[in-house]
Amino acid sequence: MKRIITATVQNHSGVLNRITGLLQRRQFNIESISVGATETEGISKMTLVVEVEDEQRLEQVTKQLNKQIDVLKVSDITDKAIVSRELALIKVSSSSQLRSEINGLIDPFRATIIDVSKDSLAVQVTGKPEKIDAIIELLRPYGIKELARTGLTAFLRGHQPNVTELTSYSLIK
Amino acid sequence: MTVEAKLEFQASTAPKTGADLLIDLLVNEGVDTLFGYPGGAVLPIYDSIYRAKNRIKHILFRHEQGSIHAAEGYARITGKPGVVIATSGPGATNLVTGILDAMMDSLPLVVFTGQVSRSVIGTDAFQEADVMAITTPITKHNYQVQSLSDLPRIVKEAFHIASTGRPGPVLIDIPKDISQQISYEETSEVDFVLPGYQPTTKPNPLQIKKLAESLTKAKKPVILAGAGILHAKASKELTDFSVKHNLPVVNTLLGLGSFPGDHSLFLGMGGMHGTYTANMALYECDLLINFGARFDDRLTGNIKQFAPNAKVSHIDIDPAEIGKNITTHIPIVADAKEALIELQNQMQESPNHQEWLTTLMDRKEKFPLWYKSSGKEVSPQWLIQALFKVTKGDAIITTDVGQHQMWTAQYFPFLKPHQWITSGGLGTMGYGFPAAIGAQLAAPDQTVVAVVGDGGFQMTLQELSVIQERNLPVKIIIVNNGALGMVRQWQEVFYKDRYSESLIPNQPDFVKLAESYHIRGMKVESTEDLVSMLPEFISYEGPILMDCRIPMEEKVYPMIAPGKGIHEMIGVKP
Repeated sequence: MKRIITATVQNHSGVLNRITGLLQRRQFNIESISVGATETEGISKMTLVVEVEDEQRLEQVTKQLNKQIDVLKVSDITDKAIVSRELALIKVSSSSQLRSEINGLIDPFRATIIDVSKDSLAVQVTGKPEKIDAIIELLRPYGIKELARTGLTAFLRGHQPNVTELTSYSLIK
Repeated sequence: MTVEAKLEFQASTAPKTGADLLIDLLVNEGVDTLFGYPGGAVLPIYDSIYRAKNRIKHILFRHEQGSIHAAEGYARITGKPGVVIATSGPGATNLVTGILDAMMDSLPLVVFTGQVSRSVIGTDAFQEADVMAITTPITKHNYQVQSLSDLPRIVKEAFHIASTGRPGPVLIDIPKDISQQISYEETSEVDFVLPGYQPTTKPNPLQIKKLAESLTKAKKPVILAGAGILHAKASKELTDFSVKHNLPVVNTLLGLGSFPGDHSLFLGMGGMHGTYTANMALYECDLLINFGARFDDRLTGNIKQFAPNAKVSHIDIDPAEIGKNITTHIPIVADAKEALIELQNQMQESPNHQEWLTTLMDRKEKFPLWYKSSGKEVSPQWLIQALFKVTKGDAIITTDVGQHQMWTAQYFPFLKPHQWITSGGLGTMGYGFPAAIGAQLAAPDQTVVAVVGDGGFQMTLQELSVIQERNLPVKIIIVNNGALGMVRQWQEVFYKDRYSESLIPNQPDFVKLAESYHIRGMKVESTEDLVSMLPEFISYEGPILMDCRIPMEEKVYPMIAPGKGIHEMIGVKP
């Protein structure tokens, strides 16, 4: 099962290496990872999308992350009310004749063309990974010359609906 | 001017360097012994050590691996972090085995490695190694000092992290230019905050209550006691608790000594070479209470068949160990001692499990450990029993990994904690002898015996120089079968006698070898020799080595074959 895990970390040198090394060593499969600064100086946030077999493995991954000295907080936010976004840059082969056709195609995705050259154009799209998958599939027939995705980043919505709480992975509660 | 006066003079007028600051910080942490080896990148640190001779003792080993295993032995006995210093590059990489060994067996170490100067890091400079990347997965935490002003905080944090929670090794990599730099830092109180490191030591009382209720209702309870008891110094609490409620106790390999080995409630060691009674108790129990053991695969055997009918309670200070290998019904994150005290407070009524106890005691009687002896040749099991008898059990015993380790674990009843030093998780050959040196330094008045195999001893025997130089009365018994015994045993049992590269009859004359280091050596070839020499060997005041020949064919029994359940032991009876 695919899970979205966020980790708040101290922005010390090598912290990304600690996290990815740990996941690799314990045989956890990372689908994507994105890191960036937060509102607090010296604190970064990582959003990991991991593929785990079962609850036990999920519990292990959160516990192992938590065990790192530089990791302040780990949350599995998959089942919460969240906003999640990914950004993709897609370079598509395109002659000037095709440009307006592509423009019409990407418009419903609220994607934008951010660079144009003689024989290609670059599309920028943000959204959930499924939306990005969809636009990539639509653009594929035109010939994708280059593709770059940032990986998912996410956090909790300001208001959480009153649903059953997720199982807590902290054993001390 | 005398040399000493010159030294004093130099020490007082030379400006203080980063290395001097480091030594001050170590002294402030209460460090009395350094285990190390000099080299280019740590020259400034060694210069400070030279000038600080009266304040801190440095033991020079003959290989970095020797120094770190000694630090592990020291940490195991004192409970304080062992402090290791090595140079950059090969010095640091030679420590890798020891760092991982300490990580696997939860031993507190603070390891300092030299690094090339900051200006050349990343240029493949002479003796440069990416120690941070190499040691990140094998340390509890590691640091590279980027600024001298960080050093006081880093050292404080390192000692705190190494010795609290689940202990482990912490490494500090110090570039040479930092240790050379003139220091204006104060060594007085530095504050640190580690918001991401807050070990839970107090148990949740509700979970303890659940456990107490389950225990009262249990018909077949058993306690599994691991090294967590030793780290928490909770042997007394454990013993009192199990005696009060008549609870049988199984030890893990590393937990030996946490419960008196001669007690009637003690079932022996569990696991691959555990006793029949212990393993069957783990298999049949209806309540398994694990204090500070991590359900290692050598203990559990096939996990599908481990304690299949039991409710499992796991008390561990490291939450990540709970539920990692074995499904746990009553998880308790806590220090073992605090958990035991709380559990004792909450226990209303002892369980009613007389039938279970009768079964276990009956099994202990019917299925003891066994071995055959020709009477002439030395049986290794008998050797260990004799060692126990002669020392009256009052000795620190260290081992490597392999047959001799298992025989020692089986036949030496550890009566009290902190007597047993062995490489459990990593299973490191060459561990026992240097670890014994560290133990002897930690406990100068105790008898320390390194029980080693002929294979393992040849990996770190260069440290004979150290015991000679320091006149440390470490006693070495080479359990010599001219083979890598455990490898050979597996090849006999599982590979149809194809002894691939496991027979090493070509070996030095160990007695002469010892003598070349001016250490007394003796050779034992028969039971008769052993009877006459062992008392003298133990009472000898000084370093001494015994080359004890044993039959090569001797095997460790009982055993659980790989992939088999804990109840499927072979060699339970002759």
